[in-house]
Amino acid sequence: MTGISLKSHKFRLDREDDWKQLEVLLKRLENRSIRSLTDAEMIALPALYRATLSSLSVARATSLDQDVISYLESLSTRSYFAIYGNQMRMTSRIKHFFQVGWPRAVQNLTKETIASALIMFLGALLAYVLVRTNMDWYFSFIPESLMDTRTPASTTIELRETLYHSGDESGLTAFASFLFSHNARIAILAFALGFAFAIPSVVLILYNGCTLGAFVALFVDKGLGFEVGGWLIIHGATEIFAIILAGAAGMNIGWSLAFPGKKSRMEAASSAGSEAAIVLGGVVIMLFLAGLLEGYGRQLITNDFIRYIVGFSTLGLWLAYFYMPREIDEWNVEDTGELS
Amino acid sequence: MKKTKPSKRTRTKQTFNPDKNVRTLITPEGIDLRLRIADGGARVGAFVIDLFIMIITLIAITYILSYSTSGMDDTGEEIIIAVWLLFAFFLRNFYFMFFEMGTKAATPGKMLMNTRVANRQGGHLKANAVFARNALRELEFFLPLAFLLSAMFGFNQGVEGWLVWLGLIWSFIFMLFPLFNKDRLRAGDLIAGTWVVKSPKPILSKDLAGASKPLGRYIFSQKQIDAYGVKELHVLENVLRKSDPKTIKEVTNRIMIKISWPEPVKTDDNNARREFLNAYYSALRGRLETKLLFGVRRTDKFDKR
Repeated sequence: MTGISLKSHKFRLDREDDWKQLEVLLKRLENRSIRSLTDAEMIALPALYRATLSSLSVARATSLDQDVISYLESLSTRSYFAIYGNQMRMTSRIKHFFQVGWPRAVQNLTKETIASALIMFLGALLAYVLVRTNMDWYFSFIPESLMDTRTPASTTIELRETLYHSGDESGLTAFASFLFSHNARIAILAFALGFAFAIPSVVLILYNGCTLGAFVALFVDKGLGFEVGGWLIIHGATEIFAIILAGAAGMNIGWSLAFPGKKSRMEAASSAGSEAAIVLGGVVIMLFLAGLLEGYGRQLITNDFIRYIVGFSTLGLWLAYFYMPREIDEWNVEDTGELS
Repeated sequence: MKKTKPSKRTRTKQTFNPDKNVRTLITPEGIDLRLRIADGGARVGAFVIDLFIMIITLIAITYILSYSTSGMDDTGEEIIIAVWLLFAFFLRNFYFMFFEMGTKAATPGKMLMNTRVANRQGGHLKANAVFARNALRELEFFLPLAFLLSAMFGFNQGVEGWLVWLGLIWSFIFMLFPLFNKDRLRAGDLIAGTWVVKSPKPILSKDLAGASKPLGRYIFSQKQIDAYGVKELHVLENVLRKSDPKTIKEVTNRIMIKISWPEPVKTDDNNARREFLNAYYSALRGRLETKLLFGVRRTDKFDKR
């Protein structure tokens, strides 16, 4: 009964070196990456990991040393996450996102995208009709910060001026990055609001549509319909599309939370959420491009026809990229969607 | 009879999930890792640290950029403003994503609090899950913040004021979401299928039973060793590891009385007490582990096995 020959102590002494070795490898793996390990270490890693797991289950059954058990638990947990975690390279993740992940996620949201687009169109139509019948409605739809010189009181010449504001090219970069961060915030909010059963997302999309409609109505009223179309479409083809997609992503989440179907509510929410997140990631990229188009393209290209051409061709490109049928093989590769 | 009743209660509590924060995660190798959910304090602590880092970074960048604009022409200044705007946006939205997509799946705040993000189903933590859980921060933190600021400084007269307050209450529901479920899930965690678990650094201390000291001095009889069970053993282990002289003195006295240790206590010698406790710990652990090998886990001193 001297305690020197405790079985659990011997057990620990016999295996401690393996544990320590795993600890060292783990630290390297966590701090750098899997590529910092040599071939021999790579081969040793899974063996050490399994040895540690088996030590853990033996220790739980036979040892009463809390310290060893909690050590083995945290070592095993850390190794589990390191070994079964994502070791994909950033470049192949990005490649997969653009090749498969993003267009597929957008395609999966086709229904919601159509709904979202219809809601925005409805808002625009509503505001347009209201503003055309009574100009006073304009003030209810357009926030003061956007108004500037664009009020019903402005003359046609003044309004035309706002469409072709050029010559002074400084300030474009700051303007573009302001537009991007502003729009991206709106898009992320539209997505996040989906969590409240999609209703706020719908309202946000509707409201954006209203702003758009009221804006167009003002210019049409002054006989500048064709011109404002060019002004809008050059960046709107990308920006409005992106906002519609963000709204669709939010609606998808809200819908699956409210009506989970056969899955549990939690499962439905998390599968919808991770799908919609891919779309949202793409939306941020689209808004970045839209910010460039709005900040630079629109200010530098003042010819209406070129504006229309640029607008429609970007729209065509996006539609082709998202919805063009792909070869089946490509879709089935990594069908788990793990990488994106 | 009176003594056996509490033992039954404690036994079920002890052997099955001693901690209500423990969750089952079975590895492909078939071992339950018994993950621990990060508690509310760790979550808030990590977030505050991260927020602090973000604010400090933003201030530093602002300072550096404004310093570097001096002596620049308009174009230069404008580019600096653009850089600042983009930086602020990326910091706000991608700080969390960047760190949580890394191998540690934790922001600096989470690393300090020894927690990490994990997939609720086990397996990979996907990049899109990280994206989703952090995009929802816009709803959970920045929206209530915006409402709060406008309630404090903005228009708060009449209907508009009431709307702001309603908005504040509404958005606080999302902020307080983690308080209303046992897994401490944020709205973002729910959407992304993730949770935040403890991931402590593995630290292996010295084995108390292996400390090779002249333990032969203390020889305990079978009856003396049988005075305690596993629960008391673990308490004793914690006392020995903390090594606080006052507690050691108290515990020594109590054990000596309990097992009617004949030797007079050397009251002023801390080392002697430690040695005694260490010897008793080793003896008790040896005894209980032997029982364990025969399939008996004596949970505490009331357990009559």
